[in-house]
Amino acid sequence: MNHQINRRHFLAGAGALTVSVLMPGEKAKAWVPTEGTALRPKLDPKNLSSYISVNSDGTVVAYFGKMDMGQGTDVGVAQMVAEELDLSPEKVHVPMGDTATTVNQGGASGSTGVSHGGAALRNAAAEARLILSEMAAKSLGASPGDLVFNDGVISVKGQPDKKVTFGQIIGGRWFTAEVEWNGKFGNRLAVKGRAKLKDPKDYKVYGTSPPRRDVVGKVLGTQDFVTDIKLPGMLHGRSIFPPVAGAVPVKVDAASIANIPGAKVVHVKDFLGVVAPREWDAVKAARQLKVEWSKVKDPFVEQKDIYNHIRKAKVIKTGGAKKNAKDASVVEAAFKKAAKVIEATYEWPYQSHASMGPGCAVVDYQPNGITTLWTGSQKPHYGAEGVANILGLKQDLVRGIWVPGPGSYGRNDAGDASMIAAVMSKATGKPVRYQAMRHEASGWDPKSAASIHTVRAGLDKDNNVIAWHFHSKSFDRLNVASNESNPADNLAGQMLGVKPKPRKTYATPSESYKFPVKHQTWEVIAPMLEAVNPLRSSHLRDPLGPEIHFANESFIDEVAYATGMDPIEFRIKHAEHPRDKAILKAAAEKFGWKPHTKAQQKRNGDIANGYGVAYAQRNGTRVAIIAEVDVNLKTGKVWGKRFVVAHDCGVVINPQLLTQTIEGNIAQALSRATYEEVKFSKSNVTSVDWETYPILDIKDVPAKVECVLINRQEIGPTGAGEGSMRPVAGAIANAIYDATGIRIRQAPFTPERIKERMA
Amino acid sequence: MTKMSINVDGKTHGIDADADMPLLYALRDDLGLRNPKFGCGLAQCGACTVLVDGEPVRSCITPVESVQGRKVVTLAGLGGGKAHKIQEAFIAEQVPQCGYCINGWVMSAAALLEKTPKPSDDQIKEALTGLKCRCATHISIMRAVKRAAQA
Repeated sequence: MNHQINRRHFLAGAGALTVSVLMPGEKAKAWVPTEGTALRPKLDPKNLSSYISVNSDGTVVAYFGKMDMGQGTDVGVAQMVAEELDLSPEKVHVPMGDTATTVNQGGASGSTGVSHGGAALRNAAAEARLILSEMAAKSLGASPGDLVFNDGVISVKGQPDKKVTFGQIIGGRWFTAEVEWNGKFGNRLAVKGRAKLKDPKDYKVYGTSPPRRDVVGKVLGTQDFVTDIKLPGMLHGRSIFPPVAGAVPVKVDAASIANIPGAKVVHVKDFLGVVAPREWDAVKAARQLKVEWSKVKDPFVEQKDIYNHIRKAKVIKTGGAKKNAKDASVVEAAFKKAAKVIEATYEWPYQSHASMGPGCAVVDYQPNGITTLWTGSQKPHYGAEGVANILGLKQDLVRGIWVPGPGSYGRNDAGDASMIAAVMSKATGKPVRYQAMRHEASGWDPKSAASIHTVRAGLDKDNNVIAWHFHSKSFDRLNVASNESNPADNLAGQMLGVKPKPRKTYATPSESYKFPVKHQTWEVIAPMLEAVNPLRSSHLRDPLGPEIHFANESFIDEVAYATGMDPIEFRIKHAEHPRDKAILKAAAEKFGWKPHTKAQQKRNGDIANGYGVAYAQRNGTRVAIIAEVDVNLKTGKVWGKRFVVAHDCGVVINPQLLTQTIEGNIAQALSRATYEEVKFSKSNVTSVDWETYPILDIKDVPAKVECVLINRQEIGPTGAGEGSMRPVAGAIANAIYDATGIRIRQAPFTPERIKERMA
Repeated sequence: MTKMSINVDGKTHGIDADADMPLLYALRDDLGLRNPKFGCGLAQCGACTVLVDGEPVRSCITPVESVQGRKVVTLAGLGGGKAHKIQEAFIAEQVPQCGYCINGWVMSAAALLEKTPKPSDDQIKEALTGLKCRCATHISIMRAVKRAAQA
């Protein structure tokens, strides 16, 4: 294959601002802020036309109110729509993340791209098929039951010449039917019509692997990112965040940047930034601007004291799942009966999204209020709402357009960038492209919070587990919500004086272990700094999954060994769900697991080698992982050498893209388990670049990652974006134990930490 | 401001900028090229990588005046109007997820294959060490470089 450079496709989609009549399939170029002037029926979740249309050439458009961050969610959606229509997936276009053309399906969130977002479009496609068959039946003089669908052609059974195409029936016009909408926006939006879904035994498109659609443009350098949007008269913006967290600018010397052409200060309440026509000038101005900051008390404890701080801090909210214990007294009574109680505590650090590029957004605010946001955020609909909220505009005046951004992995700094660009555009009256600098991207993105997890097991005299209690204590999982629509949840909003509204919530392990008494609880403590906090917590990919299951699955191993059982055998015995037992068996078989009841401690010179298992569920998806590690006894370096992943997410739509998504999860989770820890002083975050916040290097790449994809056609897809991230740290910690006999209960598993434990 | 002339992807451009401005801003702002990315501004990640006389260089810390009289090649110009074999391999292996880091990997791998057409795994890792990919596509990257070496 020879790929020619072609920039046409991005010009069509880069958001030219002409207003024209919207035809089906047309992308961003057509937009009017008021309803009724376009031919398309109102973009209402009750209208079938909000989800699907047919072009004159017979291709189908599925309007996706989420987006894809590079794992091929859009391809999966195309396959789901194509399956219902018996169409080639190449003939399904999937525009995404544009508030003018798609309804709010929640953006990328909770691995719901296909399980929720795709499911809505699949139901819409089934309804479209029913309508197409009714229309075709009429024009062909046949009964709908006698029609055959074949790649966009509908013919009468046994009479292939009596046919009509999708394009002939409705191409270039819109469906006028309504669908039943559950009244919800975001992830939980669901629609259905009169149509029945295809029987799984007739699947043809599921299980095939059409390629991603964004790869060619990204590899050839023709794909524009949000950082590449340019508008006439646009200014470049940079922000200036306080050197001590909590300080505010009290005196700004605008004259200190007077020598930089066109550079201006944007100072609104406690928000401070600069703009300039040339990007380098904005960078220089941000560095050069003289600012006097308010004197404030250091907000944080020293990093070495963070776990003690969490242990001692006052609890502001408790919660959890009682499972089969009515209350704490039942749990304590069970522990009192135990012949032996085992307990261990696990600690997980603050971690950063540390996206490849600092958060960026372009906002064009016009004096009449009509405003456009170009964002790389994974939640463009909420981002547009947020811009409207911070500028005090009506929602329908702000259009949000998603453009690929520099990574995401949850609530990174992209949402903060949108509101900062909005404040700058309104203050200057010009379109503003804002991008943070690296120290802000790593230092000031919302973090996943440090946590401690204490697990206890009560054993009877025969080594049966009779009581189980998993308990977490940490900061709020959502000091700022992952939904970016509220200024209270954004830096710019907080700098303008809007008070944060922490959600005060946490999570418990997801697995099916059954014990006579089982209790899972959590306690949440207050943030160390109330607002404009560089350690504010929010969602990082697989929110709380790695830390909770590192603790849970490490402890399962500890109990297995303590009761004289093999770790796989112990898990299969106690995991209640047959699908969970099945993935554990599948992983063990693929790996060639040899049962053992104590650490095997294999040695080859300075290298200790071992393997360990962990498993978890995530919203219906189940993953078991066996990690094999080499531990260098001299240096303490841990290498995740081989991973076997048994993965059950229901029906497999695209095995190739599923496999690559799993591989990315494994490598990113390996990075988080062995490298990543946000550093901070008493006054601010100090891990502000790739030297101070290192991540996985190519030299650490595993030698082998093998996936066993368990395909359950009868079960709807339950998502794969995060499930295989969840058990990795636990599997590695268990493998380190097998290799060395040392139980590592604090992440990340850095050479220093391993060496310290071995000493 | 200094008047300078730089050769990028085979074309010569006159620019008027600070002599010590990093090349990245000349490429993006003055020449209107979009593919080299700002990742860190510290030469720690590779998102801004271009080839200067065939060597991978971090354009975010390279003063624009220092590349006068030398040949600068960007990701979009690497294959001279068509895809370079390393780009074909990255496409075949579906490597990038977000894709923001791609300049570093593709340009560095292209330079490696120029000097070492059949690299070992260790040589590949040695040539690419230090580059960042936050989506953690390292496994696909290794497959793609090996594929290109066999092409």
